[in-house]
Amino acid sequence: MKQTISVLVENQAGVLNRITGLFSRRAFNIESLAVGVTDDKSVSRITIIVDSGNNVVEQVEKQLNKLVDVIKVRTLEEKNLIGRELIIIKVSATTKTRQDISNLCQIMGARIDDITSTSMTLELSDTPDRVDLFESLLRPFSILEVARTGVIAVQKGSGKI
Amino acid sequence: MLSGAQVLMESLQREHVTHIFGYAGATICPAVDALAAADIGYTLVRTEQNAGHMASGYARITGKPGVCMVTSGPGATNLITGIATAYMDSIPMVAITGQVQSYLLGRDIFQEVDITGAVAPFTKHSYLVKDAGNIPQIVKEAFLIASTGRQGPVLIDLPIDIQKQMVEPHYPDSVEIRGYKPSVKGNELQVRRVIQAISAAHRPLLCAGGGLFSAGGQADLEELAVTAGIPVVTTMMGLGLLPTDHPMNMGMIGAFGTPLANVALDTTDLLIIAGARAADRAISAPREIARRTKTVHIDVDPAEIGKNMFPTVPVVGNVKVILNQLLARHPKADTTDWLAELQPRRRKELQNTPPHPRTVGVDPAALMRGLGGWLDENACVCVDVGQNQIWAARYLPLRRGRFLTSGGLGTMGYSLPAALGVKVAQPERQTVVVCGDGSFQMSMNELATLCAMGADVKIVILENGVLGLVNQIQHSSYSGPFGVALTGSPDFSAVAAAYGISCGTASSNDELDKALDQMFGSPGPYLLTCTVDPDASTND
Repeated sequence: MKQTISVLVENQAGVLNRITGLFSRRAFNIESLAVGVTDDKSVSRITIIVDSGNNVVEQVEKQLNKLVDVIKVRTLEEKNLIGRELIIIKVSATTKTRQDISNLCQIMGARIDDITSTSMTLELSDTPDRVDLFESLLRPFSILEVARTGVIAVQKGSGKI
Repeated sequence: MLSGAQVLMESLQREHVTHIFGYAGATICPAVDALAAADIGYTLVRTEQNAGHMASGYARITGKPGVCMVTSGPGATNLITGIATAYMDSIPMVAITGQVQSYLLGRDIFQEVDITGAVAPFTKHSYLVKDAGNIPQIVKEAFLIASTGRQGPVLIDLPIDIQKQMVEPHYPDSVEIRGYKPSVKGNELQVRRVIQAISAAHRPLLCAGGGLFSAGGQADLEELAVTAGIPVVTTMMGLGLLPTDHPMNMGMIGAFGTPLANVALDTTDLLIIAGARAADRAISAPREIARRTKTVHIDVDPAEIGKNMFPTVPVVGNVKVILNQLLARHPKADTTDWLAELQPRRRKELQNTPPHPRTVGVDPAALMRGLGGWLDENACVCVDVGQNQIWAARYLPLRRGRFLTSGGLGTMGYSLPAALGVKVAQPERQTVVVCGDGSFQMSMNELATLCAMGADVKIVILENGVLGLVNQIQHSSYSGPFGVALTGSPDFSAVAAAYGISCGTASSNDELDKALDQMFGSPGPYLLTCTVDPDASTND
């Protein structure tokens, strides 16, 4: 089962290294990991998606908590989180296919960032499921390049971790 | 204005550091220079790994973090095993490494290694200092982290230019680390659940580990065992928590433990694990036990709960504090029948000679029991890794002393340097090293350190000419012995003589008493080589 762990850490050199090192040496598998600074410049938020049972996730949480650079750890409830991922995708596009791709973008709420005589570069920010869907719908047009950020997430409501 | 190196020494003194184990080199020279002028003792080791082991022995006896200081590059990488050994046994330590100039970091210059990166898996935390003004804060944090919660090593990497940087130091009285809040007191609700479980139990068993030494909870364990009527088994790291012949001590559990302790573990109806992590060598199938019986797990590290075993009642906090929370509620179990079953068997087990005493060379069990007779009440025995460790753990009787060994990492060569660390802390304390001819040769270079210190350490080598435990495993599970014969080993008595250390030998059971008598009768250091049958097995 995919679970989303939100981690607040000291925004310092080497912290990410300590976290990823912990995952590899404890044999925990990371599905995705996204990092960015928060409103407090000294704190970064790392959103980690792991595909493991509850016991493993609980152990991941505890091991993360042992790191001195980790300020807070919380596993977000699936039904109670807002999770988004950004994809930037470059596809082959000719005058023949441009309109179809453009339609797809409109339906999915994606943006066209760049266009050339042979390609289009698109972006979409959405739930990972819809990002997957968007990517699969574009596959027939021949994908040239994909970059995805991995999910970032916060919990719903006024609460914070 | 003071140099970073001077600020380091002042900061260490403010943490009550009185001794450093180390090895100098180019990039740590400013700190060594400042050390010479500071009121801190220094021991020069013969290889950096042993600076770590000495700091470990020192820390385990004093309860204060041991401090070691080495140079960059190979000095730092040699120290890694010492750090990892301390980490696996949760020993508080502050390791200081020199580093190349901060502005040259990352260019692979002479004796540069990324030591903070390398030790990440074996340290609680590490620092790469980039401004000498931060040294007081970093040192204070390092000692706080090393010595609280689940104790362990912390590394401070100090580039040489930072050691020379002139600053106006500000020494904080206390530090607050927002990501570091170890639990101390156990949750009261959980404590009440433990009390209930104890009153309902008929065959409760305390399983005590090294965490009780870390917390200084020996007396509290004994009080709980006696007043609540709960027998105790220990892990190897918990040996010495109770005297071997204490009526509530049922021995050591595990693959290399004593039979009765394992029987108790298999038949208990309430297992209370305190300050132990239910690791494979102690409890081979922890989940099996958890399925069969009620379990309580008391540990300062929340991550230990559920790592190897899911207990019925977890209690997180300082194990001494939690035992006192329990004692305040006067727990009592009706264990008359349980004790009547265990205690006579334990008494018999203590008197038993092993079923097949060795007639070639000295019988290991007889050696350990003979040695035990010479030990002071509070003797410190430093035991190496391998067959010697298993025989000592099983047969060496302890009273109120310590049994220091590398329990978690199983680092050969640990015993002699650890003993020297003990001697620095408590020169008057009787200190004995038990090791094999393999493990002794891993750190016999420290005989020089021993001589320099003039330390009165008695060393007992079990000489069988092979790496005994591996030899034993190769016999039982592989195609036979290979690459384990210690061909080319020296005459250890001649080695001792070369260092000016008194020595003796025992090559049969008949010579044993006299040899021990001679060793303990001689003042100062002594090396006793006991010939042991290479075919002797710990399964005999």
